[in-house]
Amino acid sequence: MSGPSTYEPKTGFTRWLDKRLPIIRLGYDSFVAYPTPRNLNYWWTFGAMLSLCLAVQIITGIVLAMHYIPHVDEAFASVQRFKRDVSFGWLIQPIHAVGASMFFLAVYIHMFRGLYYGSYKAPREVLWILGCIIYLLMVVTGFLGYTLPWGQMSFWGATVITNILGAVPLVGESIQVWIRGGGAIDQPTLNRFFSLHYLLPFVIAGVVVLHIWALHESGQNNPTGVDVKSKADTVPFSPHATMKDLFATSLFLILFGVFVFYMPDALGHADNYIPANALQTPPEIVPEWYLLPFYAILRAVDFNVGPIDSKLGGVIAMFASIAVLFVLPWLDTSRVRSMRYRPIARQFFLIFVVVCIALGWCGGQNPGRLIVPATYNATLNWVQGGEVVEQPVQSAGEAGWDEAAAEAEEAMRAQGMTLVATTRTGASVGTVRGVRGGAPQSASVSAPSSDGLEEAITEAKEEHAAAAPYYMVERNIPGTFTVTNLSQVLTAYYFLFFLIILPLLGLRETPGRVPETIAKPVTTQTEGA
Amino acid sequence: MADAGAVGAHEEDATRRDFIYIAAGAVGAVGVAGTAWVFVDQMNPAADTRALATTEVDLSAVEAGQQIQVLWQGKPVFVRHRTADEIASAQRDDYANLKDPQHDADRLLQADGAAGKPEYLIIEAGCTHLGCIPTFAEGAYNGWFCPCHGSVYDTSGRIRSGPAPENLYVAPYVYLNDTTIRIG
Amino acid sequence: MLRKFAIAAAALSAAVVGVAFAAGEAEHPHDYPYSFDSPVGGYDMGQVQRGFQVYQQVCASCHGMDHLAYRHLGERGGPFAVYRVTNHETGEPELHVGQPAHGGTFVEVTDNPYVRAIAEAVIITDADPNSGQPADRPGRISDRFRSPFPNEIAARASNGGAYPVDLSVITLARHGGADYIRSLLAGYDGQTEGVLHHNPYFPGGWIAMPPPLVEGAVPYADGTATTVEQYATDVAAFLQWAGDPHMEQRKKTGLVVLAFLIVLAGLLYLAYKQVWRGESH
Repeated sequence: MSGPSTYEPKTGFTRWLDKRLPIIRLGYDSFVAYPTPRNLNYWWTFGAMLSLCLAVQIITGIVLAMHYIPHVDEAFASVQRFKRDVSFGWLIQPIHAVGASMFFLAVYIHMFRGLYYGSYKAPREVLWILGCIIYLLMVVTGFLGYTLPWGQMSFWGATVITNILGAVPLVGESIQVWIRGGGAIDQPTLNRFFSLHYLLPFVIAGVVVLHIWALHESGQNNPTGVDVKSKADTVPFSPHATMKDLFATSLFLILFGVFVFYMPDALGHADNYIPANALQTPPEIVPEWYLLPFYAILRAVDFNVGPIDSKLGGVIAMFASIAVLFVLPWLDTSRVRSMRYRPIARQFFLIFVVVCIALGWCGGQNPGRLIVPATYNATLNWVQGGEVVEQPVQSAGEAGWDEAAAEAEEAMRAQGMTLVATTRTGASVGTVRGVRGGAPQSASVSAPSSDGLEEAITEAKEEHAAAAPYYMVERNIPGTFTVTNLSQVLTAYYFLFFLIILPLLGLRETPGRVPETIAKPVTTQTEGA
Repeated sequence: MADAGAVGAHEEDATRRDFIYIAAGAVGAVGVAGTAWVFVDQMNPAADTRALATTEVDLSAVEAGQQIQVLWQGKPVFVRHRTADEIASAQRDDYANLKDPQHDADRLLQADGAAGKPEYLIIEAGCTHLGCIPTFAEGAYNGWFCPCHGSVYDTSGRIRSGPAPENLYVAPYVYLNDTTIRIG
Repeated sequence: MLRKFAIAAAALSAAVVGVAFAAGEAEHPHDYPYSFDSPVGGYDMGQVQRGFQVYQQVCASCHGMDHLAYRHLGERGGPFAVYRVTNHETGEPELHVGQPAHGGTFVEVTDNPYVRAIAEAVIITDADPNSGQPADRPGRISDRFRSPFPNEIAARASNGGAYPVDLSVITLARHGGADYIRSLLAGYDGQTEGVLHHNPYFPGGWIAMPPPLVEGAVPYADGTATTVEQYATDVAAFLQWAGDPHMEQRKKTGLVVLAFLIVLAGLLYLAYKQVWRGESH
């Protein structure tokens, strides 16, 4: 794609420099003369926004580091001081915090665009893998950065995520202690997380250079997925692509600004305004929104598979969900790049997008929450009047208790008593109670949740309190569909999409008619319009 | 556009094009400059630094011929209880050939302009050359001597020889009562 | 698929009565129309001043605000910020609390008599500069708000084991923000259980803090009603300001920045169209 350089130094100095360090030539060839497919749509402008996001995060981050103190007693206060007392701290801190969210928003759109238009396919496999590496580094950097304000979410998020590493068999615990620098999250952890959080963005910048290098080697993909064939297919990068990128970026900045100025805390969590407290876990721990889908996948595995327990299973599923992206170029067998010409694949892709968003929703919910409303019923049986009979039960030993209790209950029932029940008060002693005579009564209660049912039962008991000392409660617990169940279904589709649908579909589907060149459909369209 | 001739339309286009490019470029430049200021200004002293505490000193604890060093806004300040000899020597030199001429009495003025007491000299301890702390009772004038580059000050803290350009700065202070001063 | 299981509940009915301890969901706070709710709304500084008075006279005896210093009250955007204005009738310069509608020059907080008076009325325990021993002295504007307790252990010991949390960023640290604080403070219903007090707005329903506000306990100079509800409203507004003191500046800057970006986006759109004129794409 690059072809021979068309740069011609015009002045004496640039000619002199070009012989010694052809840096202007490099810039000219990469960002001015670089041929860009003429049919790129707005989905292709997110690369520029991502460059901007990285720059914004690095600049605001360096500024924050000038005022931040990585000490467990000072970190929270130093952020507060930055926001209150440092000139423009009230502006720079939210830019950095909101900027992380904007960065991930843009990267997700960028990745979905690559998925839809087949930008991972040959000859762009390395380009795609470099992108996956950048994303992975972003996740790690985002996590490390979230620890630094040293609020409750910082602390407990770090605790939970480092515990994930403990799931690795054999060496997990050693790695966990190594990462933390101690048995728990503490000063050593904060100090090293700060150091790494400062380092990684520059590593990202380095990989971005490789990403752009690989892009310029293979050339940009385009909405048709058809290779560029001649000069008629392209326009020079500047000013055509730059101007479009600048315009789209200005719209992106408006969204960015709305969050920074009017909802600086909307994307964060209130609990992170509570200073870290190692003695108290917040009622619910959720990661930042951009990690919620992976959190849902982690929690979806609530069952053991053979020797793999649910904790390790969840960790494997979570890492696999990112790892699968790395091998995607070899999973998709289709010879057509763009899903524009793959009608069936397009349907599956749209479902995939919805699944990812739904996984994000699940990640933010209480895993036990019911998706489908259910009715919990209970029947209370009691006896009006009658006489309560109490007898001690004694078993020979601890092991014989169940048998002794059953015998005692059976004996009471044989005497015609109702509502027989035993209460164990020691290893081998207890009381058996039953009611003799009286009129059997019953009542039903129902509620939409398990807690609600218990409340209703308690209420019903209070209502009849005077009349009946004992109740026999039969609970009907309906089959439920919880957030965890939904996450399981969604996780299954996530992996199905990459591991089964894309490989099989590519072999079986009949794609639509693909244009021969980029320029061809474009010209016909223009003529038609 | 249909009415205009081909050449006219072309020129009009060029004008319009240039206007858009220049306007966009200018507005963009304003945005970049405004943003740059945000990142420059954050390095200026923060509000808590600017509002740092004042420092109070009890003078009765300083014997004649002694000096103490106190910290005011992170900077060392000399509080010197001068002897009669030192005062006399400082006043005698008011009309000497000074590099940075100043009368001893003017160096004792309080921050509010009221006269100070000749016994107590309150000066910032940083040498006006490059900021080292001079030691006392050294050098030809029985005042301060800076060990870093050899500046010599007299008993009023005025520069007499060496590379320092100015007299030691008088710290802004006021008497709260006969024996207590507040610096800042 | 109904999973059915029967559980025998043998409990003396008498023991059941009185256990209304069911946790349940906390009641949703009332949505009070605060001046700062809207995207362009600022603080009602009179309200924030009254709220500070309530904090100082009631809350401060147990709750610290470690991230605030007295000088914050008189800095730009603070409730006691002072401006020098010219009196219309006499032509004499005078001090005006709060930003006047037009004109007026901001008086640096070091020269702000109100903030100095507030700080000097507080007793701060500090190391004596000469002896190094702990000693009391009047507060300075650079002092942080006085902490009622030297540390968390002392705070718990004085409050029956409960820790009165720091209030610097409390409205940001609680769902519902100022509305929650206001509803909570005015929401006690009088039930008690040992040292706990029932409050429907508190998650779990039982809170260790006794009802702090009493009608008429804090005298207001501006004639505002001295009811519990008014105190709660005002102190929540003060805490909102304390947690987000630069909000007014942020909203104003945001307006300028967004207007600027919209103009820039418009110009860039035109430039983009101009560049692509005649190019098929």
